[in-house]
Amino acid sequence: MNVAVAKTGKGRAVSDLFTSAEGRLPGSPAVIAARREAFETYERLGLPHRRIEEWKYTDLRALVGEVLPLAAAPDAAALASAADAVKAHAVAGARKLVLVDGVFAAGLSDVKALASEVGFKTLRETLEKDAGLLKTAAVDAVISLNAAMASDGVVLSIADGAQLSAPIQIIHVATTDSASAFTRSQVAIGKGARATIIESFVAGAKAYQVNDAVIVSIGDDADVAHIRLLDDAPDAVNITSQFVTVGANTKVNFFNMTSGAAVSRLQGFIMFAGEGSELSINGVNLLQKTEHGDTTLVVDHAVPNCVSREIFRAVVDDRAHSVFQGRIIVRPDAQKTDGKMMTRALLLSDEAEADNKPELEIFADDVSCGHGATAGALDDNLLFYLKARGLPEKQAQALLIQAFVGEAIEQIADDNLREHVIGIAERWLERRS
Amino acid sequence: MALLEVKDLKVRVEEREILHGLTLTVNEGEVHAIMGPNGSGKSTLSHVIAGKPGYEVTDGQILFKGEDLLEMDPDERAAKGVFLAFQYPVEIPGVATMTFLRTALNAQRKARGESEYSTPDFLRKVREVSKALNIPQDMLKRGVNVGFSGGEKKRNEVLQMALFEPSLCILDEMDSGLDIDALRIAADGVNALRSPKRAMVVITHYQRLLNYIVPDFVHVMSRGRVVKSGDKELALELEASGYTQFEDAA
Ligand SMILES: Nc1ncnc2c1ncn2[C@@H]1O[C@H](COP(=O)(O)OP(=O)(O)OP(=O)(O)O)[C@@H](O)[C@H]1O
Ligand SMILES: [Mg+2]
Repeated sequence: MNVAVAKTGKGRAVSDLFTSAEGRLPGSPAVIAARREAFETYERLGLPHRRIEEWKYTDLRALVGEVLPLAAAPDAAALASAADAVKAHAVAGARKLVLVDGVFAAGLSDVKALASEVGFKTLRETLEKDAGLLKTAAVDAVISLNAAMASDGVVLSIADGAQLSAPIQIIHVATTDSASAFTRSQVAIGKGARATIIESFVAGAKAYQVNDAVIVSIGDDADVAHIRLLDDAPDAVNITSQFVTVGANTKVNFFNMTSGAAVSRLQGFIMFAGEGSELSINGVNLLQKTEHGDTTLVVDHAVPNCVSREIFRAVVDDRAHSVFQGRIIVRPDAQKTDGKMMTRALLLSDEAEADNKPELEIFADDVSCGHGATAGALDDNLLFYLKARGLPEKQAQALLIQAFVGEAIEQIADDNLREHVIGIAERWLERRS
Repeated sequence: MALLEVKDLKVRVEEREILHGLTLTVNEGEVHAIMGPNGSGKSTLSHVIAGKPGYEVTDGQILFKGEDLLEMDPDERAAKGVFLAFQYPVEIPGVATMTFLRTALNAQRKARGESEYSTPDFLRKVREVSKALNIPQDMLKRGVNVGFSGGEKKRNEVLQMALFEPSLCILDEMDSGLDIDALRIAADGVNALRSPKRAMVVITHYQRLLNYIVPDFVHVMSRGRVVKSGDKELALELEASGYTQFEDAA
């Protein structure tokens, strides 16, 4: 009985969420109809909870409870405060596309410089024509919620053969306390193209929520680096879903670092659609206080002869909780698949927790797949050696933590970008109590 | 005032007493050798002086320049001038040797209220010291001791000693694993650091090292105590007669 009452209560709050936002959400009548349908799906499912297998470790009903109302479109003051955050987090030399509280901010973005090399539209513009971008390969409650509520995003198309002269950095800035931003973006990368895409989530507010979806399609013979940096406020929520299809003979280097947010989940659905491709996925979770950070990846080897490598490092302090779920699917035809993942967790306190759930679903017989996982504390002998050389405890720990995550960070080829990421990790280390 | 005074030190490891009332006094400018059979507690003594956790001091004291060393964290001891060249230096993958050296040196200087080294000054100093010890620059680009041979690890310890300029150097079996040429180079490095302001405690099994680093005093340790002290002639005696005579004494 209690359950039924609770459901009704939540259902009503959620309905207000949509009806109060509907008038502000972009899209043609067909798009609005698609949104309503997506919202109904979300309402039927409710926020994911621990009895849903994929969300076993990340019970959003317990961790988040309710979805906050859609943030108002940014006013001049919001844009001004966003400008400061952008300045602090911009990667030198990158072309910026800035979303403030879920709305594209042209004035803070480098649209002109970008337009010389890349096709660019906002999600808002795209949705005036059709609802295609609201559909994704995988669907769950948070993805449906995103489809219903997405207020804006960037839609990029990188032409065949384009060799981008600068990275593109999509910066999400939150400037409104206790409100939600829903964004959805698409990046289409043509055959033989070479591109670096950076996504940064940064804070200019408190206790906000982000629900982001990114649809990436990569053509044949391409070379792509995709870096995602979650540096949200310590009391924020960030749920991101990514859908990636990889063409033939393509190289993709994906890197994620989570160094903020009270609750975060990155769920990635990655599919090899062409043979001979190599995917390197590297992730770092830096969690402290009571933060909860979840990385859940599904790598679908739908075709033969592809390589996937996942290296994941979690540094978990205080009472924080890190989750890594990695599923590798090898379809019946996908012979000669080489898929491996390795997870290591460094637990800096007795109350820190790291869950690791690898899953191999292999339907082909001639494959090489595997996974490994370790969890442990800092090595006392190494700590003592450093202290005996004059390093105070905190500094000795910091050196060893940097070495621990270094293996994943080193996979970022671009020096400038790698330094940027190391800078974020250093700031996280300084925040440790 | 003595530089180091170990007075009637009793130390337990996991409920077992290893040092049973050890006394040792080291003055500035002196070189002391400590010899003794395997398991007699030489490394334990060096670890307790450096502040390694896991040892319980049940009695006695250690004074360094008159201050109670046992009250200080290992990093404070290092900043005050205590340096232990480990018998088994650890490998630290992912921490570049140069980063480690600079961080450590500057941490010590900061703790002493001295200014940090600038990068060029630091590099000049490292280059100077590593050249004297015949340590190639590319070794310094690797992780701390990672992939170093046994002898290279020992030379890296001497390098740090030269760089940090401590006032008390404890060398725990610096000679083990070194070939004859490497031994001479390392010993030259140590001798170059001898000064009226600095003392050395050289732990070794072999008299040979003491031909290179000539001690003022030689102590024999057995079963957790200093059982005999003398001058360098004592080392020669030991070489001839072994430790059995002291097993009973202890
Ligand atoms: N962590 C430990 N746990 C249990 N016993 C220990 C520990 N450390 C040292 N011991 C014991 O203490 C005794 C002294 O060891 P120590 O390493 O100090 O000897 P040592 O004189 O340096 O020997 P060696 O010449 O072989 O280096 C040994 O019996 C050793 O087994
Ligand atoms: Mg020893």
